[in-house]
Amino acid sequence: MPFLRILGKTCGFVGYVIQYACVTHCTFEYLGDFVMCSGPSMEPTLESNNILFTEHVTPRMQRLRRGDIVIAKSPSNPKQNICKRIVGLPGDKVRGHFPKRSQIVPRGHVWLEGDNSSNSADSRVYGPVPQGLIRSRVVCRVWPLDKITSLTEY
Amino acid sequence: MWLKSICRSVLFGVPIGVTFLDTVGYVARVEGISMQPALNPESRNTDYVFLSRWAVKDYDVKRGDIISLVSPKDPNQKIIKRVVALQGDVVSTLGYRNQYVKVPEGHCWVEGDHTGHTLDSNTFGPVSLGLINAKAVCIVWPPSRWQNLETKLPDNRKPISGPY
Repeated sequence: MPFLRILGKTCGFVGYVIQYACVTHCTFEYLGDFVMCSGPSMEPTLESNNILFTEHVTPRMQRLRRGDIVIAKSPSNPKQNICKRIVGLPGDKVRGHFPKRSQIVPRGHVWLEGDNSSNSADSRVYGPVPQGLIRSRVVCRVWPLDKITSLTEY
Repeated sequence: MWLKSICRSVLFGVPIGVTFLDTVGYVARVEGISMQPALNPESRNTDYVFLSRWAVKDYDVKRGDIISLVSPKDPNQKIIKRVVALQGDVVSTLGYRNQYVKVPEGHCWVEGDHTGHTLDSNTFGPVSLGLINAKAVCIVWPPSRWQNLETKLPDNRKPISGPY
């Protein structure tokens, strides 16, 4: 019965693929993943086409601190991710562009700014960002190889 | 030998379960009175709803859908509300700081059905679509309340004007 044998092998193979796909999904969703960043907003810390390793544990446990670089969903387009530095936590006083006055970061929000402050669309444009949009915290740069550095401050 | 096989089943079984819950959907209990009368019509019986993650994988929601989203005020809390307006719509608000609000790009306006007893966009403003967690599809428990949740909007809460 070669047909049954082929069917059995196919099912076994599909099962393995599903198993490993699920393990990969959980690792990338709950532990850490790799992100390629583009755009000038985080220069000189990060440049276009750097690949970063990010971890998902700290944002899930709400242990973010000022100075962390995070990946978040863009508030105006959820399919796009942004990479910025946390400048203010809830209760901090920050200064925006529009309206151009200092304001206090509300509860459950953070204030994100790019390091390249003259060329970055960030909280100064769209205001404080809900913490629920933050996906992960950047740990280190892994590509290009000659610029491997840790990007955490502690 | 059996120990090894148990370890192997757990190692692969747990991720498969978690992935299923993450991509297809799960069942959750509805707390509070903010969605009366659609959900929890009597405060002592709580409804259990099926939340479909698959339906919102492209952040594709319609006016009138009941969705679950991460509270903008507390990232640990999930809230369940009805979508009243999408990006570009102008809504007439109920007690927000402006009488009329144009919903910005990538945002939506959510409200509870129980006006006056709900913490919704009239308090915290438009919410980003990225906070949407799942869409409530049907009530699964108790059996007497078994039904699909309809996509409907009360006539007086229709947006004043759509995108131009």
